[in-house]
Parts: sequence; C-alpha cells; structure tokens
Amino acid sequence: MRAWWTLTRRELAGFFLSLSGYIIIAAAVFMMGYSFVVLLVKLQQEPTPMPVTEVFYNTQFFWLIVILTTPMITMRLFALEKFSGTFETLMTTPVSDLQVVLAKFTAAMVFYTVMWLPLLPCLFVVQHYTHDPAAFDPGTAASTFLGILLLGSLLISLGCCASALTRSQVIAAMISLAFGAGIFMLAWIADQLPAPVTWQGHVLASFTLFDQMHDFVRGVVDTRPVVLLGSLTLFFLFLTLRVVESRRWK
Amino acid sequence: MSADLMIEVANLTKRYAGRTAVSDVSFTVGRGEIVGLLGPNGAGKSTTMRILSCYLAATSGTVRIAGLDVFRQSDEVRRRIGYMPENNPLHLEMRVREYLKFRARLKGLSRKRSRERVDVVTEQCGLTDVSRRIIGQLSKGYRQRVALVHEPELIILDEPTIGLDPNQIRSVRQLIKGLGKSHTVLISTHILPEAEVTCNRVVIMYDGKILAADTPENLQRLMSSNSQVIAEIAAPQAELRECWIQMPEVEQFDVSASEGDYFRCALTPRVGLDLRPRIFDMVRERGWPMRELTRSRHSLEDIYVRVTRPDEEDEG
Repeated sequence: MRAWWTLTRRELAGFFLSLSGYIIIAAAVFMMGYSFVVLLVKLQQEPTPMPVTEVFYNTQFFWLIVILTTPMITMRLFALEKFSGTFETLMTTPVSDLQVVLAKFTAAMVFYTVMWLPLLPCLFVVQHYTHDPAAFDPGTAASTFLGILLLGSLLISLGCCASALTRSQVIAAMISLAFGAGIFMLAWIADQLPAPVTWQGHVLASFTLFDQMHDFVRGVVDTRPVVLLGSLTLFFLFLTLRVVESRRWK
Repeated sequence: MSADLMIEVANLTKRYAGRTAVSDVSFTVGRGEIVGLLGPNGAGKSTTMRILSCYLAATSGTVRIAGLDVFRQSDEVRRRIGYMPENNPLHLEMRVREYLKFRARLKGLSRKRSRERVDVVTEQCGLTDVSRRIIGQLSKGYRQRVALVHEPELIILDEPTIGLDPNQIRSVRQLIKGLGKSHTVLISTHILPEAEVTCNRVVIMYDGKILAADTPENLQRLMSSNSQVIAEIAAPQAELRECWIQMPEVEQFDVSASEGDYFRCALTPRVGLDLRPRIFDMVRERGWPMRELTRSRHSLEDIYVRVTRPDEEDEG
C-alpha cells in the first residue's frame, strides 16, 4: 500500500513536472472550450430541454477528447521507463508488479480526471449566462463524470497494456489509439445495426457505447455499462500485469 | 548454506530466444568482498547481474543472496541489494533529494528513517550542494553518485565508471572502495585497470562462461612465470647480441635501436628465472651504461586477452 502510494506520487510528479502533461491538458481544455462555443451558438438559435451535458456530448468533441488524449496520457507510463532504463531500477526494489501496474493506472486516472475538471467551470458559465438554474444539475454532472471516468478507465487500462508491450512511446500511443478507435468503430457499427435477433447481435449490441454514454450525460446511471466498462478495465489491467510479469518467464 | 557467503551462484543458465547468454555459471562472493565481473561486451555480465538483482529469472540454476533465493524470496532479496544498471538510468525531471527519498521509500524505509538516510547519504557522497537541483541538469559524475545510495548489504554496479572523466572515475573508485569496507560490492566492467585497482577478486567471463576467478595478484603470478625483461644498454649492437646468445638463461631476445646510443633488449628467460641480477652483473663487468632494467609485469590486460582469446595466444 505504501509502495503503491509512493509510486503513484512519483508517476503524478512525472505528469506534472513535464511539459507534455500541461500540453495534454491545454489541448483538452481547448477542445472543451471550443465545443462550448459551438454549443452556445446552437443554444442561441433554438432553446432545448436537454441538459447542457447532453448538448455538450452531442457536439462530438467529447469522443475526440477521450480518444485522442488517453493514448497521450498512457504512452509514457511503461514505455518511457523501459526506454530510459529506470524500469530496471524500479523492478529491483521490493515492490510487486501489481503495485507498479496499479500505481501507474491510478496516476493516469488522476491526471485524466484533472484534465476533465475544466468541464465544471464551463457548465457554470453556461448556467450563469443563461440565468437558468436548471442548466447545471449536480446529479447530471455527477453521472456525466461517472461516465467520463468509466470510459476513461477502459481506455487508460488499454493504454497501460499497450505501453507495457513496448519501449517506444510512439508505438504505445499508436497501439492504444488504434484500439481506442477500434472500440469507437465497434460502438458505431453496433449503433447502425437493426435491433438484434441472434446472440452475436446481442453481444455486439452491448457495445453501443454511444447509447450508454448518452444515458450518463442525461443523468441516467445504468448498471450494465458500469459493469461492462469496469470489467473490461479489470481485464486490461490483468493483461498489463501479465505483460509486466512476462520478463520473468521469457 | 554458509553464513558468510553473500552471493552463491550455482549452475546458472539464462537462455533468451535462440541465444544462451549465460551458461552453467557458478561462483560465490563472500561478505565484504569487492568482486569484479570482467569480460568483453556481450559476455553475459549484465544478464548475470540482472538475475542477481531479481529483474530477470534464470532459465535454470539457483542464485542465493545472503542465503535467500532470488526467485522465491525475491522481495526479501530486493530489500537487501542496491542495483545500478548500465548507464545509470534516473528520473531526470526529479530533484536529487526527491529522488533519493523516493528510492528510500520504495526500499521500504519509514518516513523518518528515509529522511535520516537521505541526509547521511547526501553528505557521504558530496551531494549536499546539489540536493535541490534537478537531476537532468547535473553532470554525469554527480548522477553516478545519486545512484550509489542507500544502505543495502550487497551493491551491484553494472559498469559504474562508463562515460566519466578520469577525475570522476577516480572519485567513483574511491567511493566503491569506501563502500567495500561495510558492504559487499559486485561490479562489472570491461575496463581492466579498474578491476585491478578496486577489486579483491576478479571473475573473468567470456561468452556466457567463467574462464577464471581469482585475486588479481594470483592471476598475475600465474602469468609471470615467463615474463619478459627489458634492458636499455649503450653498447655496440653486435656485442650485445653475442652476449645474449652466450647467456644460457636467455631463451629468446630481440635487440632494437633506442634513442641516443642505447639499444633496447627484450629478453625472454627460461621458465621460472629472474634475469635481472645476471644482466646487472654483466653490464657492470663490461662497464656499459644502462638506463633501464625492468621485468614486465603481466597486467590483468594480458591475462584477459589470454583467457578470452586462447587461439591468438597459441600463435604467439
């Protein structure tokens, strides 16, 4: 536990002591801000009963931010340490592989959360200027953030796994980007298909991340996507652990 | 197992896909020894060290550190060792003190204890002035010291002096010697004088196998049985040659012109003889001036070349 905390702090320092961390945040904030510009223009043209978070989700910037930033966050986790050799000094201290994997995942999640925090002021701004107290509903905001975190945890665990596979940050980023985009495509295909009849159709239908995220941003928390995203995250973390361990049985 | 053995390696083999990096290696290191793993690049030194430091697992064979198995009791072993890989990787964006604290905490020291140790160690290694600096901005000599810290029983250093200037090399060697007083140290190097200067014992590796393991002195003695004598004498060349031919103890000789009137004679004695008194007597009898008389000591270098390249030695 103590080693986990020490490692998490060190990883966070890695994010916040380097310029790349701030560039990622800046890019995400830029996209968020831009999406709100688009959103406000739309709202001016026609009022809508939708919560602001849903309108924001509908601008599609949401997916862009999630899919583009997660590989940037995760690519350095293992690849950089393997490349510079600090991974060796790390693994020869009395810490377990599991602690290392969990610490890196936690740090990435914390960073990811920090990156998304500017969404809150954006919501406040909308509420302030529309003079509509209903524009910012804590419940909806919480469920939106739950959705963002769950989706992020899936992509970040995926990115951890990709980063553990290689010494090159670029390759790590490309692998996780490809898989992230793959999941997005799968969701898109599942979305396009008619109502499922066969069991394959049902399996595919459970990957309709669009609908699931749509529920979250509307303030609906369904347990099915929570379980799906949570278990996929665990699965990828498990894979990461095996990859990290593999140096000992190769 | 014996209590005063720090490292026991028995029949260690490590195979990577399609390549055997270390094959059937056995050696032991006692507590308080400074042992050098010597060998050309690719001899399996780093692999051996990685296995000792629990980073890699062996394909077969056992390794025990302080009586603990590196595979089964890996955590315990890791608490007892300090390992510095080749090229000394560090987190360059951290500050010196921060990094030392981080390492100390990872090694399982309490908050209070790690603060104390960091203080002691920065003092010991002359890092006090730079403790607030960012590691990436330090010179290589300082970085090396940053890596040489905390209080393990066994210190494993992979090529500790690579890329340093002569002064820094000297100070790192001093540090290693200092560490050797209270710790067991295993260093790897392909630089021979280094092993000669710092180590109590040398293990020569080549192609994944151990070729020789002994003290530097013993290895030298092994070689010095037929070492050459160099004499620079001012005398007519023909007379010199005549002298050497007539001297029964000389097996082979070579005379070449040197600066001034002097000739440089390289003489190989018959096995086990020291030619120097004989040459001195002869020179005194004839009244020739002589300005040098030395027996070439076989450096570790010769031993190294001889054991790692047996074929060429045969030709010579």
